Amino acid sequence: MFIPLTSLDLSLAAVLVIMLALLSWRMQLNVTQQLIIAAIRTTVQLLLIGLVLKTIFTHVDILWVALICLVMLSVAGWEILSRQHRKLKGWWGFGVSTASLFVSSFFISILALITIIQADPWYHPQYAIPLLGMLLGNTMTGIALGMDRLVQTAWQQGSIIEQRLMLGQTSVQAINDIRKESMRAGMIPIINSMAAAGIVSLPGMMTGQILAGAPPVEAVKYQILIMFLITAGTGFGVISVLWFISRRLFDDRHRLRFDQLLKTVKNK
Amino acid sequence: MKNLLIKNLHYQHCGPIDIQINSGECVAIFGASGSGKSLLLRALADLDEHTGDISLDDISMNQVSAPEWRQKVALLPAESQWWFDTLGEHFSEIDHQLIKQFGFPENVMSWSVSRLSSGEKQRLALLRLLLNKPDVLLLDEPTANLDKNNTLLFEKVVEDYIQQHSACVIWVSHDAHQLERVSSVQYQIEHGQLHRH
Repeated sequence: MFIPLTSLDLSLAAVLVIMLALLSWRMQLNVTQQLIIAAIRTTVQLLLIGLVLKTIFTHVDILWVALICLVMLSVAGWEILSRQHRKLKGWWGFGVSTASLFVSSFFISILALITIIQADPWYHPQYAIPLLGMLLGNTMTGIALGMDRLVQTAWQQGSIIEQRLMLGQTSVQAINDIRKESMRAGMIPIINSMAAAGIVSLPGMMTGQILAGAPPVEAVKYQILIMFLITAGTGFGVISVLWFISRRLFDDRHRLRFDQLLKTVKNK
Repeated sequence: MKNLLIKNLHYQHCGPIDIQINSGECVAIFGASGSGKSLLLRALADLDEHTGDISLDDISMNQVSAPEWRQKVALLPAESQWWFDTLGEHFSEIDHQLIKQFGFPENVMSWSVSRLSSGEKQRLALLRLLLNKPDVLLLDEPTANLDKNNTLLFEKVVEDYIQQHSACVIWVSHDAHQLERVSSVQYQIEHGQLHRH
């Protein structure tokens, strides 16, 4: 059984957000503006994508699906960049984050669509777009965290890295401990959510399917599939980011070169 | 015979620099802050970009990998860095004789890094560096934070190493008395050039 929502239903929920905004404004908690803007953004963006999906579902065409996917991919790429504390060099940074998302989400979505889900045609937007969306949204977090940790730690521990180089270590040896730590930082959220799934939290996708009337066990199977895809995607994505960045951090003579990586740094 | 040959070296705003350092020789370099002393040592250890020829025993820097070069041409910075909790984790091998010669007890490797004094730190940093058996030692104000006793102890250890391994040493310092003690030749670096003193 599926119960559609009316505009009135949504307005009731919106009143809660507005009450929260008013309260935080009264208490001078400084989140009011961000809260309102984000709430408006989510409404407009979701309504728009709803309309887009509705149109695409009725005209199944691989070109349209590809176009939407590319837009999603590049927006996610920018999103990763904007979550970095240290600004990476423009196009290069965008290239790395998008390339890693390509490995983590695009490639894995296509693999899952063709070999596991096997819709007809395999790129059917009803499956392709939600799947890619979920993968992008979740792997993006892990990649952004891993990347930020690597760049931040390398920056803070620059003199330790150089000390290790002075002792004759290779660039890989000198950055290895920081790489391990960054991999952990990127993977912890998905590892935690796998461990907590079903006991502490009911994952959103599964809950959505159940709300839409799907049998619980079927919903659970889909959720397990998605969890595994997200985990694999996040892992491969973080690894590729670590690989790209730690290569860029050094030159071919194993010198530490922040000027190749970061925007505002000039080589001393 | 080991010797370090530097020809037409340019780095940052400095150069050309030409100098030869022979086996068993300790050359001192002094100059105002910001005159490029530390940068010279960094260029020699191939840590910064530079142009010109640097060779050790007729083998040019670019003929060997950078990590190999840095094991032969070892830079000791003014402040050493330690990244593990205990000392031992920073050492891949242990040379008991050298430890004794440096004035440390047998169990030094189990010491915690956070409890080291600056004098101990600097001597241990030198010990760590010497385990690579470098042919050239580049010392960047190595005793700047040490008291008189520790300074003399440090100088003695370097002197012993030069004698035992006929190593070449470049010693950068502000302390004119120290440079008199340790070196045979002194250079001043000024306007990006070396001048014999």
